[in-house]
Amino acid sequence: MSSSTDWPLWEVFVRSRRGLSHTHAGSLHAPDAEMALRNARDLYTRRSEGVSLWVVPSTAITASSPDEKDSFFEPAGDKPYRHPTFYEIPDGVKHL
Amino acid sequence: MATAAAHTAAGTEPGEAAHPAASSARTAEQQAAFDEAVAADERIEPRDWMPDAYRATLVRQIAQHAHSEIIGMQPEANWITRAPSLRRKAILMAKVQDEAGHGLYLYSAAETLGTSREELLDKLHSGRQKYSSIFNYPTLTWADVGAIGWLVDGAAITNQVPLCRCSYGPYARAMVRVCKEESFHQRQGYESLLALSRGTKAQHEMAQDAVNRWWWPSLMMFGPPDDESSHSEQSMTWKIKRHSNDELRQRFVDICVPQAESLGLTLPDPDLVWNEARGHYDFGPIDWTEFWAVLKGNGPCNDQRITQRRRAHEEGVWVREAAAAYAAKHGKATA
Amino acid sequence: MTATPTPAAAPTPTPAPTSAAASAQAAAPARALPANVAALALGDDALVLSHRLGEWAGHAPVLEEEVALANIALDLLGQARVLLSLAGDEDELAYLREERAFRNLQLVEQPNGDFAHTIARQLYFSTYQTLLYGQLASGESELAPLAAKAVKEVTYHQDHAEQWTLRLGDGTAESHERMRRGLDALWRFTGEMFQPVDGIDVDFEALRESWTASVTAVIERATLSVPDGPQSGAWTAGAGRQGLHTEPFGRMLAEMQHLHRSHPGASW
Repeated sequence: MSSSTDWPLWEVFVRSRRGLSHTHAGSLHAPDAEMALRNARDLYTRRSEGVSLWVVPSTAITASSPDEKDSFFEPAGDKPYRHPTFYEIPDGVKHL
Repeated sequence: MATAAAHTAAGTEPGEAAHPAASSARTAEQQAAFDEAVAADERIEPRDWMPDAYRATLVRQIAQHAHSEIIGMQPEANWITRAPSLRRKAILMAKVQDEAGHGLYLYSAAETLGTSREELLDKLHSGRQKYSSIFNYPTLTWADVGAIGWLVDGAAITNQVPLCRCSYGPYARAMVRVCKEESFHQRQGYESLLALSRGTKAQHEMAQDAVNRWWWPSLMMFGPPDDESSHSEQSMTWKIKRHSNDELRQRFVDICVPQAESLGLTLPDPDLVWNEARGHYDFGPIDWTEFWAVLKGNGPCNDQRITQRRRAHEEGVWVREAAAAYAAKHGKATA
Repeated sequence: MTATPTPAAAPTPTPAPTSAAASAQAAAPARALPANVAALALGDDALVLSHRLGEWAGHAPVLEEEVALANIALDLLGQARVLLSLAGDEDELAYLREERAFRNLQLVEQPNGDFAHTIARQLYFSTYQTLLYGQLASGESELAPLAAKAVKEVTYHQDHAEQWTLRLGDGTAESHERMRRGLDALWRFTGEMFQPVDGIDVDFEALRESWTASVTAVIERATLSVPDGPQSGAWTAGAGRQGLHTEPFGRMLAEMQHLHRSHPGASW
């Protein structure tokens, strides 16, 4: 399916303003990283949506599988003691 | 393989094919999980298991949507070089550019389903996939640009807003972005028509003529009546679609009537009248013969649109090849 | 649309103005000021190139490039509007002047040709604009604020042109040949860029040197050679800055202006 005119796919991450992390915005095609960055600038920040960009070849991403969802993510569900709301503190105690 | 690992649908696991019985039990389980997720209004994401028909429906719909965006550039680009003021020219260029961008968002969403953009473009160019028939009508005067913004984009937005909640995550996310950006498209169209309507006599007539020509095709954009729509019911169950064609069409008519009054323009339908009992405007019969004829290729611009698209693609081959060759030569290629 | 065969500098012999010419003349006294001459020259450059790039809409070689070319066109149109407004009414100037009253370089009015041709035009012009606006931005003229904003835009345009020149020049045999042809064909329009312009206090000879160095570096990295022909035509009457244009420009203006002119006095 790949021919000499088929440019690879890139994932684009945009930092919308300083102090925030880069967030996945979408993807695009480009022949190489330099052009991917420029295409991302033109496409994903033309309404001032960003102050910094990352582009990553889509093939470079390793994703967890939905089939592993249970073993990956469910074990975290029964550990409420990791959250501050688990603990009872008497009324009137401050700064805690 | 152009699709990302992150996008690839969960594949057949090793050894699975050797145990057909086990595999079919597994499919039933997956189907149940899928149905449950859709029913609970959860989003389906690219690597989740999904029924083949759901995937095929999505690819068809997203592709058609993407094709509509890029073919839809043509009727409006037709006026970029003749825009009557620099302000209007800037607005129009930005709008046509947005449509290219929307095409890109949507092709990306389709690619998450394992179909490359190249494949989809191929299908568009060879007529195996369609685009919205509305773009097979010509833009004969400047007022058509305004009418497209008001009516065609207005109809598109009515159709698209519910898609922001579509069950397929990447499509829904693309639509959120598209809808956000499109809100300026409709407003600029309305503003432009208003300037014409309140302008000279010739301008007013130009605006009325454009509305006369675009009104009915805009109503057809919602698709055939519910009892004749082939894909509707299944798409509703899958929550790809949230409202029926007729429901959305009615919503659009109800919105447009007062807007036309404010514009000082008449909608070309003598049967358009408020129905107190229904709480909606009644409107006259739509000429579905025209709709089907345009859809089948006999519209005023079908050939012209697809020929231009194909030519742009073919004339771009050497450019795309050059950039790919450069990347390979300089060790910048990724795959 | 026929051009008056008199150079702009000479007095007009037989004033038989049409209504359009009359309204263009109405703006004339203000334009004689050096600052207005400069704003008009640079404004027309931006306006005309923006128009040419706008012609790509729906025809670009790849969707990503539709977006890129439109971005450049929009930047240029924005610059044009600010500059023309310094010299008069933007729409009157854009839509009601005759061909001979436009002061843009002949380079920017050249038809798009193929993508390589467009990129060659972009490379030559954006390099010029970047250098020129860079200097204007640090100066104290009326144009300094506009230049300070525009220099950021045109730096990106230059980068875009450079990236593509490299890829086309050093891509395939076909793209190499097309890029070479584009650079060669437009070379003879580049000399005009270094003609001094009233109201622009810049050393144009130094500008020419920097431009040549910059363009040469890109062209050579793209495995091509700098064209060796003359950088201007043999016509002593002048070129774009004197209101003398090439034949395709009249047709471009006819298309650009016809709707506006068909409805005198209308608002849009």
